[in-house]
Amino acid sequence: MEILGLWNYWMVIVLMMVGLYILIARDNLVKKMMGLNIFQVSVIMFWVSIAKVRGGTAPIIPEGAEDVVYSNPLPHVLMLTAIVVGVATTGLGLALIVRIYEAYSSIEEDTLREMDRASE
Amino acid sequence: MKIPAMRMREKLVVRVVSRFFIPFILLFGLYVQFHGDYGPGGGFQAGVIFAAAFFLYGLVYGLDDLQRVVPWRFVEVSLALGVLIYAGVGVASLLLGGNYLDYKVLDPHDAKHGLHLGILLVELGVGVTVSASMLAIFYAFAGRRAA
Amino acid sequence: MTEHLPALQTVLPLMAAPICVLLRQATLVRIFSVAVAWTCLAIALTLLEMVSTDGPISYALGGWVAPLGIEYRVDLLNAYVLVLVSAIASVVMAFPLEGSELRIPRERHFLFYALLLLCISGLLGITITGDLFNIFVFLEISSLAAYALIGLGTDRRALTAGFSYLVMGTVGGTFILIGTGLVYQMTGTLNIVDLADRLPAVSGTRTVWMSFAFLVVGTSIKLAAFPLHQWLPNAYTYAPSIVTAFLSATATKVAYYVLIRVVFTIFGAAFVFERVGLSNLLLPLSLIAMAVGSLAAIYQTDIKRLLAYSSIAQIGYMTLGLSLANVDGLTGGLVHLFNHGLIKGGLFLVVACALLRVGSPTIEALSGLGRRMPLTMAAFVVGGLSLIGVPGTVGFVSKWFLVLGALDKGLYFVAFIILASSLLAVVYIWRVVEVMYFQSPSHAPVREEAPLSMLIPTWVLIGSTIYFGLDTDLTAGVANRAAQYLLGGGL
Repeated sequence: MEILGLWNYWMVIVLMMVGLYILIARDNLVKKMMGLNIFQVSVIMFWVSIAKVRGGTAPIIPEGAEDVVYSNPLPHVLMLTAIVVGVATTGLGLALIVRIYEAYSSIEEDTLREMDRASE
Repeated sequence: MKIPAMRMREKLVVRVVSRFFIPFILLFGLYVQFHGDYGPGGGFQAGVIFAAAFFLYGLVYGLDDLQRVVPWRFVEVSLALGVLIYAGVGVASLLLGGNYLDYKVLDPHDAKHGLHLGILLVELGVGVTVSASMLAIFYAFAGRRAA
Repeated sequence: MTEHLPALQTVLPLMAAPICVLLRQATLVRIFSVAVAWTCLAIALTLLEMVSTDGPISYALGGWVAPLGIEYRVDLLNAYVLVLVSAIASVVMAFPLEGSELRIPRERHFLFYALLLLCISGLLGITITGDLFNIFVFLEISSLAAYALIGLGTDRRALTAGFSYLVMGTVGGTFILIGTGLVYQMTGTLNIVDLADRLPAVSGTRTVWMSFAFLVVGTSIKLAAFPLHQWLPNAYTYAPSIVTAFLSATATKVAYYVLIRVVFTIFGAAFVFERVGLSNLLLPLSLIAMAVGSLAAIYQTDIKRLLAYSSIAQIGYMTLGLSLANVDGLTGGLVHLFNHGLIKGGLFLVVACALLRVGSPTIEALSGLGRRMPLTMAAFVVGGLSLIGVPGTVGFVSKWFLVLGALDKGLYFVAFIILASSLLAVVYIWRVVEVMYFQSPSHAPVREEAPLSMLIPTWVLIGSTIYFGLDTDLTAGVANRAAQYLLGGGL
């Protein structure tokens, strides 16, 4: 049962592998970008899941309340930054893809490689 | 970008509903922005929500109309200004004798008030930059004519 | 005001980038960015001076004291890296964009400078921060700027090179994030000093081992250590030469610094070398990198690609120094960090000058250039000698320490491979020199030297490779002290 108890890690690993698989196996650059995003999201999920405290609430303490059990807010804040980094990476990656498409009229990696070889 | 935009503009329902929604989206963006210091929210989310209202306008009325409302130059300047507001708060606290980004010194009488003010200003900087950069990304992609 | 220098070191270029966007005017922006870069260098030198006399400086960002807040922590090691990064930045900033192969219209120059300043700010941030998560954030700032800078190359292959660097770099960065998460899970802290305190208690757990693996692999991708170097040749070849000069001299060096921090400060030499046995893996890989990188460099037809492969070999020297795990070896690695930055920065600036006169960076195109641009090509020869490791140049100093380190461990074959790889360097440098000086060009050589504004920055870097080859106080002296205290365990 211990293995099932760690289901959050299993989910993270599955997502991570899906992301990496897409990243490696797909030739289409936009799909690669999607794979990269899924990979990053899996890590964000990992961080958020380790912040959870069983029975904990959101880390906002109502006035006058004492002994409130709340989840660790720090990983959430850090992941906010990681999400922003992810957005910036995606934006830049897609911008490069647009320019690659304009230069090569293709975004399939093997086609790009053939065109590079032909021009050499 | 241009042709679907023309079609979209002719659709009555889309036009009326988007016109109805845009003020509320903007208002919600401002709510998230200015509640970010005490409640959940803040500049990142607010900036994106705020920019989303402009995206909706751009999608329905076309990029040209949107750029008449928010010119490219304005986006570029606010992109830079937002970062400068953030870093400027840090430098201000430095000049007032604290460490970099030590908001407590912003109000010499009340450290708590200083903290509040600092977070508010920093979140404002974040909000401005995020919404401007979202718009910049939108402009960069949507404004590119197919070669 | 001096107590705020650690914050200003990164904040200054970070604030300068948006100011560039507001200034817009090309000349104004250029003067401003050069001034900022030089101020950064002054700050870095002051910090090094302060640290070497008074010991580590800790700066609590926002007044939140470590380990709760983000701490900027300057010690001998990172002050030394700060000096390298800001020195290279101030030279590259001064190199003119006008007339270089980068065909950006004048009215958009400000965007280039803004990107470069962001990249500098990120690299300085990685180096100065004492917080593991902060390292990730600054790493991404500098990398994002670097991807965009590489994509500026005029060849369309620059775009694909930038994209594959983006993919590799993001995977590397995310690996670092996973590693950070795993150590945070085990220790509940992100502060590097605090981590070093708390990790030994849990160092037997598999989580810590995993986090170590992720952190090392993640930084090795950024470092382009041997089997993870695939992004480097294309990125260096197709990026504009100025950008390559900057990135080759700083980005991989900062990644090496992070690797050293992870290995020696966070996890500690005892855990890394005795329990995990990193040397068993890293030592052979470094040797392969030295051999394969140099061999591959010999067969290149493009001068930038040749230098890129040589970089892979030189990174092998640096990781070799790390895996020797003794004072001499580590000193060699650290000295090489500085020296290789100077050499490669200088050599790529030479390429930038040469591209003024010749259309393509192929080696054949350089024929007869020794007579057309004598001063520029003399710089190449000096830089090349330094790369080989001729006595009197910086390359000799670092190899000397590496050989000492290897002999100290009784690894004679390692010392032999260091020397053999230097011989391979002779071969690839000679190939270029031969074409430049001894091949008669297709048309009569006219003396067309590069303008002084380009020659001075180039010769500043190349000249310093000679200077630091003779006066090793700043490099080897500081590196030796840094190595001693890294291996001594104390911070």
